[in-house]
Amino acid sequence: MTNPIPDLLKSEVILTTGTNTTENHPIIANYIKEAVTKRGAKLLVIDPRRIALVDSAALWLRPRPGTDVCWINGLMHIIIKEGLHTKDYIEERTEGFDELSAHLEEFTPEYVSSITGISQDDLFAAARMYAGASPASILYAMGITQHITGTDNVKSLANLAMLCGNVGVTGGGVNPLRGQNNVQGACDMGGLPNVFTGYQPVLNDDAGNKFATAWGVDNIFAKPGLTVTEMFSAAEKKQVRAMYVMGENPVLSDPDKSHIEHCIASLDFLVVQDIFLTETARLADVVFPATCFAEKDGTVTNTERQVSRVKKAVDPPGDTREDIWILNSLSARMGYEMSARTAKQIMEEIAKITPSYGGISYERLENERLAWPCPDEDHPGTPVLHVGKFARGKGRFFAIKFIPPFESPDSEYPFLLSTGRVMAHYHTGTMTRRGTGLNRISPESLAEINPVDAEKLSISDGDMVSITSRRGSITVKAWINKRSQPGMVFVPFHFHEAPVNLLTSTAIDPVAKIPEFKVSAVRIEKAS
Amino acid sequence: MVSATIDNREISVPEGTTILEAAQKAGIDIPTLCHHKRLPPIGSCNMCIVEINGNTKPVNSCNSPVEEGMKVATDTKALHEQRVVNLKKILKHHALDCPICDKAGECDLQDVVYRLGVTDAPFEPRENPRIAEYSTSLIRYWPERCILCQRCVTACNAIKGIGAIDIKSDGDDGQIVVVDADKCKSCGECLFVCPTGALTENLSRYKGRPWLENRVETTCTYCGCGCQLQLKVMDNRVIGVTTDVDRGVNQGSLCVKGRFGYEFIGDENRLTTPLIKENGEFREASWDEALDLTAQKFSSIKEESGPDSIAGLTSAKCTNEENYLFQKFMRAVIGTNNVDHCARL
Repeated sequence: MTNPIPDLLKSEVILTTGTNTTENHPIIANYIKEAVTKRGAKLLVIDPRRIALVDSAALWLRPRPGTDVCWINGLMHIIIKEGLHTKDYIEERTEGFDELSAHLEEFTPEYVSSITGISQDDLFAAARMYAGASPASILYAMGITQHITGTDNVKSLANLAMLCGNVGVTGGGVNPLRGQNNVQGACDMGGLPNVFTGYQPVLNDDAGNKFATAWGVDNIFAKPGLTVTEMFSAAEKKQVRAMYVMGENPVLSDPDKSHIEHCIASLDFLVVQDIFLTETARLADVVFPATCFAEKDGTVTNTERQVSRVKKAVDPPGDTREDIWILNSLSARMGYEMSARTAKQIMEEIAKITPSYGGISYERLENERLAWPCPDEDHPGTPVLHVGKFARGKGRFFAIKFIPPFESPDSEYPFLLSTGRVMAHYHTGTMTRRGTGLNRISPESLAEINPVDAEKLSISDGDMVSITSRRGSITVKAWINKRSQPGMVFVPFHFHEAPVNLLTSTAIDPVAKIPEFKVSAVRIEKAS
Repeated sequence: MVSATIDNREISVPEGTTILEAAQKAGIDIPTLCHHKRLPPIGSCNMCIVEINGNTKPVNSCNSPVEEGMKVATDTKALHEQRVVNLKKILKHHALDCPICDKAGECDLQDVVYRLGVTDAPFEPRENPRIAEYSTSLIRYWPERCILCQRCVTACNAIKGIGAIDIKSDGDDGQIVVVDADKCKSCGECLFVCPTGALTENLSRYKGRPWLENRVETTCTYCGCGCQLQLKVMDNRVIGVTTDVDRGVNQGSLCVKGRFGYEFIGDENRLTTPLIKENGEFREASWDEALDLTAQKFSSIKEESGPDSIAGLTSAKCTNEENYLFQKFMRAVIGTNNVDHCARL
């Protein structure tokens, strides 16, 4: 997020899109509700599903899934035509406005309405609501990013925010809500094929030399590595022969499950380190039993870029070992002695070679909430990014074309499938589906189908239905309600009994390599 | 700003500050039961009464603003006697079943009874016992412990904006009822604010007492909000989760996963030993065996096909330190940039 969560209480308008905040980030939803009910903020929800936030919204727009660039361009078209953009801010702090403005000419309300299914009146109302507020905040999540145009969608939201002077100001911002407790930290720590810690590019020789020196190795290849989706394809071609998977369950979480299983079967050697024998661990040659968050010390970085402590509360079960011990031991057996042995020592090492974490230490975290960049020990952290000046200097507008989704419904597969989460479960369910508590609340997968479609298909609430795509078929219970729009079905991905990623495609965004989980073409039949 | 005196102490506070807030700021502790930092004033328990300008008819300090020149007394003999009377009214039908109550030891009601030294409050069972209308599979309602303070109802409305429960108030027969069962998501906001043991967690019932538990501050393991919470630990087991209203972005709130999703930690299906697959079947192995085999496989594959023939997935569920170490292992030890994780999933 460019801004901290409590900033929402200072926003005049909150635009949420592609985030079912109430279910996936319930605490952020608390702030949205407080902003609306006690601070007079207006909530503008733009989402294909009738999610719970709609109850609090001043205006709800329901676009066809996969048309985000189009409606965002459409809003900007209206804002510029009506002169509602912040000219001083654009002049002083941004570049590329003229190209954007020219590009937006074709995104007339008529055209945008025909593509997105949003009425022209609603487009005008939304454009005026967002542009008429200062400051206004944008919240988004996987509903925006999990498309072949995920990068374009995010850039378009950034265009919109800059157009109205909402970046670098308290109560504004472009704010991705991150879905896992340390997904921000895993990226910050260089758990990505193209960057070291703090997003220092592997292509940059200075960065490569710096890390080679710090780690005492001859050199580090300056070639970016493979992304997760590319790794599996490379495994199929025998270019990748061994994989080490720590705390992930790609068999259930990644697109096109059958393809992933086939790729994993092509590997010569798979090691999985996890707390349970997950669907992926079952396919491994070696399994290392690992510790969970209650059994170790460390830090995690939340969606606001705030670093918080994780503290050991209980001893791990049986002969389970801490992940740090496992990595250090394996490393030593391969002839490399890691210098840092404890979590605290590792954070000291991170701070030394990561400018944005330079001032983070366990001592400070006892009493302070620090958001990176925090370059040195006297720095108070940076809750709001891009204040006064963008990180790159001028904020750059991009003229972005509308590209339709990879797959569209057709006569053979007439429904559009979107996947996601429900409140009581988390990701592939390896944690939340243990024990009895959360399973009492949400025991099984439910496919959300609109009553209009249910009637056409002669499906009643609670019927088992089979959902089939070009890649596979699952059987799942139908839940007839108006959350999905007609022609669309929503299925959560937590449940191994109805693994929805049998249906999804491996079509990815060319830049971010994110799969298009929010749009697949499927057909639905009553299961016999 | 307005100036006044509380217990002869000069105070100056922003306009609109309640007497209770002003007193708390000045370090003066007025007993309360229904007041809660996260909630708007409720004014149902009549414990926080104070005298203003010598007027013997007391007012609730939680919903009375400080006014210029006001002289407030919080601790007179008359106030004490009135508080005892008010408290005894509450205690009349409150089952003092503290020995088997999970809240004992951190119960606001217990603390107020102790503070006011009430010893003669005979329990009178209701003629028509209450029936627990509200409960979920995760939250249990104990109607005989409920003092109808309305904190739970206020929290459900004011913090969550849900309004799933209400008080059916019919004098002595009042109790919490469900207004809209579908709206309740078992987030536990209601049990978090309950000042007695009237709302308790079903999963951790009878597992430990507050004074026997160890509590460890940590960060929730689920979504990216980064909620701060405390794990309740007894005999090396996590038996529950609680929060502190002053800590973290969540200010004491949690969702159903954060508050109730801890069972996996002590689950009997946890992996407890390394496994090696032989002829398609896993067998238990020692760490030496598993690590040696892995190191040897990685080394030979690296030798034969180069470091880029090995790839690693690190994890958004692991700590920064583990993620750092993992990518360092892949880059410095294996020698490849083939490292990624499920940020996109």
